[in-house]
This record gives sequence, structure tokens and C-alpha cells, in this order.
Amino acid sequence: MSETVSAAEPMLEVSELTVDFPTDDGLLHAVNHVTFGIARGETVGIVGESGSGKSVMSMAIMGLLPKSARVTGSVKFRGQELLGASERDFERIRGSEIAMVFQDALASLNPVHTVGAQVAEAVAIHQELKGSELRNAAIELLDVVGIANPSARFEQYPHEFSGGMRQRAMIAMAIANDPAVLIADEPTTALDVTIQAQVLEVLERIQERTSTSIMLITHDLGVVAGVADSVMVMYAGSQVERGSVEDIFYESRHPYTKGLLASLPRMDRRMNKSDRLHQIEGQPPSLVFLPTGCAFHPRCAFAETPGACDGEVPALRVVGDGHYSACHFADRIGSEEGAMS
Amino acid sequence: MPSMLTYISRRLLFSIPVILVASFLLFWMVRSTFDPCVKLRASKDVEAVARCETRLHLNDPIPMQYLGWANDAVHGDLGQSSRTNEEVSAMVPRALWYTVQLIFWGVLISAFAAVALGVYSALKQYSVLDYTFTGASFVGLAMPPFWFGLIAIELLAIMPKQWLGLDEPLFYFVGLHSGAEKGFGADYARHLVLPVMTLTVQIIASWSRFQRSSMLDVMSADYVRTARAKGVPRRDVVVHHALRNALVPLVTVMALDIGALFGGLIITETIFSIPGMGQLFVRSLQAGDAEVLVVWTVVTAGFIVVFNLLADVLYGVMDPRVRVT
Repeated sequence: MSETVSAAEPMLEVSELTVDFPTDDGLLHAVNHVTFGIARGETVGIVGESGSGKSVMSMAIMGLLPKSARVTGSVKFRGQELLGASERDFERIRGSEIAMVFQDALASLNPVHTVGAQVAEAVAIHQELKGSELRNAAIELLDVVGIANPSARFEQYPHEFSGGMRQRAMIAMAIANDPAVLIADEPTTALDVTIQAQVLEVLERIQERTSTSIMLITHDLGVVAGVADSVMVMYAGSQVERGSVEDIFYESRHPYTKGLLASLPRMDRRMNKSDRLHQIEGQPPSLVFLPTGCAFHPRCAFAETPGACDGEVPALRVVGDGHYSACHFADRIGSEEGAMS
Repeated sequence: MPSMLTYISRRLLFSIPVILVASFLLFWMVRSTFDPCVKLRASKDVEAVARCETRLHLNDPIPMQYLGWANDAVHGDLGQSSRTNEEVSAMVPRALWYTVQLIFWGVLISAFAAVALGVYSALKQYSVLDYTFTGASFVGLAMPPFWFGLIAIELLAIMPKQWLGLDEPLFYFVGLHSGAEKGFGADYARHLVLPVMTLTVQIIASWSRFQRSSMLDVMSADYVRTARAKGVPRRDVVVHHALRNALVPLVTVMALDIGALFGGLIITETIFSIPGMGQLFVRSLQAGDAEVLVVWTVVTAGFIVVFNLLADVLYGVMDPRVRVT
């Protein structure tokens, strides 16, 4: 099936995806009109702070949102519409075609079943394997993700694993059926830097092996710079900028992205003790009471208020080849390099 | 699983001092409250009183009395009831057997009903039936068992008998067998319905609430989301991943509650004239039957300790994380 899909054709196509949750105060706009695609073998980094809608978006793609969520737009996997698909269809796709790796591996693994049983379950749901064949398949998966002594580890419970090993076990479950798309939701957030690198390396190795498309959700720009092909930056449920890694890191056309980049500690710039890292002033907005116009304008150094910034929601527009920005002044942002610091 | 064995034997060892201390304290309290030779004293037979006092070591300090009693008890002599002159070692097991039957059926039915209701309520949270079960369990918890028992007798035994003009009521409400009947047949079942129902109402009410909240907890757990993301069918997610975890705290609560039931069925047994442990306690207390009371309290305490132990062990069996410590 996958052979018929050419590399340029998106494996996963999300367009105008919007997710609202009814709350006592009104609708909470978790995701607003997000559009993007992931090609076969591509890694898309999705960046944004907590509450920017990254995780909700991935849950919407997997059909895992609670019933109260109002989801509109379109999510197409290999051209097949997923939104509104039946639970039965979703069960067939989940874990076999689109798989997911979650952030907190300790909480995400069932404490009362052995790691081996949980990996084997992921295999058994979608493949006709039983008994020792199933066991061997699970042990091989543990081996693939770099768990030493996999047949002994098979019998152990999640609490007997270290943090990095648990995340590897999560990845083993996710890749059990060679999924076409792997959604990794902050897979390295709770890990040491060295373990982070190892886990990312496992993801890259798997991608090389099976040309899996990876949607990497993170708030760590360093991780994105290391592994992603393209990047989407989200703020308050909307995408504010999208482009290649080079576009985003070197020629950002959105003040929020620029703010994020400026707040990174830099190895190549000497800092004095009195120097402070850049910070984006203010707080992320309430998703129930979004600011008028551009959601970022109250925190934006470039905002012209009253004017376009608080009057009109900026549309995502082309600012370069495959580079999009949702800023009214995207053209000006690129040239004002010094203004950030 | 050597770790499991170590875990169980360690818990077992811990419970031995508990039962020793508890039996000493209970013995002390009963002895300081009741005089086991009080009947003989009334008869003014000085020699008989003296014999009684020597037999029970009444002139020794309390620890010596306890050791004497414990020594006799270990050798099968639990003393004699001053109320019926019967051997305590015969009275308590007989009463216990009645109570055990009530507990067995009551717990069996309650466990299944509570889990089913709790799981349903959690999966269909805020549905009409969920609200209905919630309301019913509040009523069940709030209604005193003696009131419920009497209402049940009136509505299910006496009134149908009058309306239908039966010779015998559908359900009996005295004892566990009528006349010379024995065994576990229809007669037994007709006697059991009302007392077991009285017993289960409160248990189901409390356990199903517990199961509901424990199930709600695990349904929003990350590992349930993981299972769904793997494509596990909903039924398996509920049973294999959620319920398996939600049962861990419920089983602990169940074990602790059951342990407490062995001495606590006083009201149900009194309403339905079942000569179980509750009735034995009330009668012995009223008669100041010291020797029965000592054994009764120690046995009931023993059940609490045993079921606490069981709760610990089951917890360890069901949750591998507990075994480590």
C-alpha cells in the first residue's frame, strides 16, 4: 500500500483543524485552524509552550479526545478522512498505521502488567501472532529500541525500568506494527540530556529503517534543531509560523518564534553574571478569552495597537519557499534583526 | 516469585505480635469488667468460689492470669459459659458458622453487584442510571439496617403472604432453616434472602461508590490512553487495563470490611433471629458471661488481623510495585 504513495505526497494531511471544549466560562479554543502535512519519512517538529494546543492536536488526529470536544476541519491519512471515522476504524488505524509515544513513560505504562506483556499486546492487536512467536516478536522489538538483555527485561514491570528504558519500551510498543506515522508527544522531556540524545537516536534509526513519518511535539528547540526537517510553531492553539528548520532558526518571520529563539542560552555568546536570558514578557492568554486580533499581540514588542494587531486575526501567509508566517508585519520582522535583544 | 514469598512471610510475622498484644489487652479489659465467678459468689458456697478462683488464677496478677488462660486455650480449653454452662469451645464455632454463612453470601453478592454498578457508573458518568445508582446508594448508606430489615420483612414476606393468601411466606425471617430442615436447598435459600439483602444493601452502597471513583481515576490515567493509542478495543481497555488497576484499592477495602463483619452483624442477626456471633455477643454481654466474652473478643480481633493480613497480601499480589518494600 505504501509503495503507491510518492515521497512528495503527504502521508498525513491536516487542514483547518479546530478543537473547542465547552467549559462553564464558554468555549475553550484549544486548536484553531491548523493546517500542515507530513510527507513520508519526514520529521515535523511542533513547537510551543504548555497549553499551546500541541498535545490536543495530536489527540485529535488519533481520535482520542473526550466526547465533549468539538473537532472540525479535516485530518487525512493516505487520503482517507479520519475525522468522524467510527471507533472501530480508529482502532484499526491506531497502533498499526499511526502510533504514539507519550511524554511520561512511567505513567503511560500500565503498572500491573509486565513491559513484555504490554509490548506483546501492541503486536497481538494488529498481527496474527501467538505464543512463543508473539513473545519473540516482542523481545525483538525491545532489542531494536536498544534495551539490553531483552528476554529478561520482557518479564519485568515498568517500575523496574529506568526512565530512559521506559521511554524505549514506549517506542517499542509504538513501532510494533511499523506505523506510517509516529506521533511523539514530548518523548524526551523528563529525561537527562544524555538519555534524551539516545532516545532521539533510536527514533532516527527507526525512521531510517521504515521511512516512518514523525511528528515530534516538543517545547525544546534544541531537540527540534537536531532531528526535524520542518518546524511548526504554535501559540495559543494557532500556528504562528511554519517552515524548514533553516527558515525557522535563521530567518524567522514571526516575533513569537524570534522571542523563543532569543530566550535560548547560547554557547557562542559570552554572558556576564549580570546578563539575563531574554524572556517573552507576560503570560500565555486564556484559551477561553483569547485576545482580539493576533493572540500574541499583548506580549509582542512589534505590535501596533490600536491597529491591525488587535483588530484582525493574521492569516498564515507565504513569506518564502515553504515558509509561512501568521504576522501582519512578517515582511518587516525579518529585517529588524537587532530589535529583539 | 521469591520476592512475593518474602513479602507474605514478613507480613505474617508482623501479625503475630499484633494478635498477642490484642489478646492480652482484651483479656485484661474483660477480666477487669466482669467477674467470671459471680454466679458462685451469689450461691454463698465458699468452697466452690475458691475452686473457681484457683481454676481461673483469679488471685494472681493479670499477666499471670493471661498466661494461665492462654495456656488452657492452646490446649483446647476455652472455659465454660456461666450463662449456659456449655463449653465455650463449642459455642463460639457454632455461632461463627451462622455468621460465616451470612458473610459468605452477602460478600459474594455485594462484590459482584458493587463492581458491576461501579464500573457502569464510571463508564456512563452523569447518565440517568449513574444518578439513579448514586441516589440509591445514598439511601442505602443512610438507612439503618434494622429499619431496612423490618421494612423488607413487611413488604417481601408478610404483605405478599396476605395478598396472595399463602400458607407460608415467600421468604422466611426466622433463623436459617425451618424445623427439621437441613442443607442448602430451597428452604435455606428462602431463609437467606431477607437477612442477606439487609446485609448487602449497605455494603453494595459503599463498595459501588468506591469502585466508581476508583474506576473514574484509572479511566483518565495515562496508561489507559496508551492502551487506546495502541488500538486496544474498548472492552479490553476497560477490563484488562482499567478494571485490573481499579480493583486494587477496592480489594483492599473489601478485605478490611469483611474482617470487621465477623463481629458486626449484631442488628441483622437479631432481627432475623440468627444465632450467630452478633447474637452471642449481645446475650453474653447482658449475662456478664466473662469466659465467652474473652474468647469472642479475641476471635473477632483475630479475624480483623487475618483479613488485614489478607488485604496486604492481595495488594502485593495485584500490584507488583508493592512487593518491593
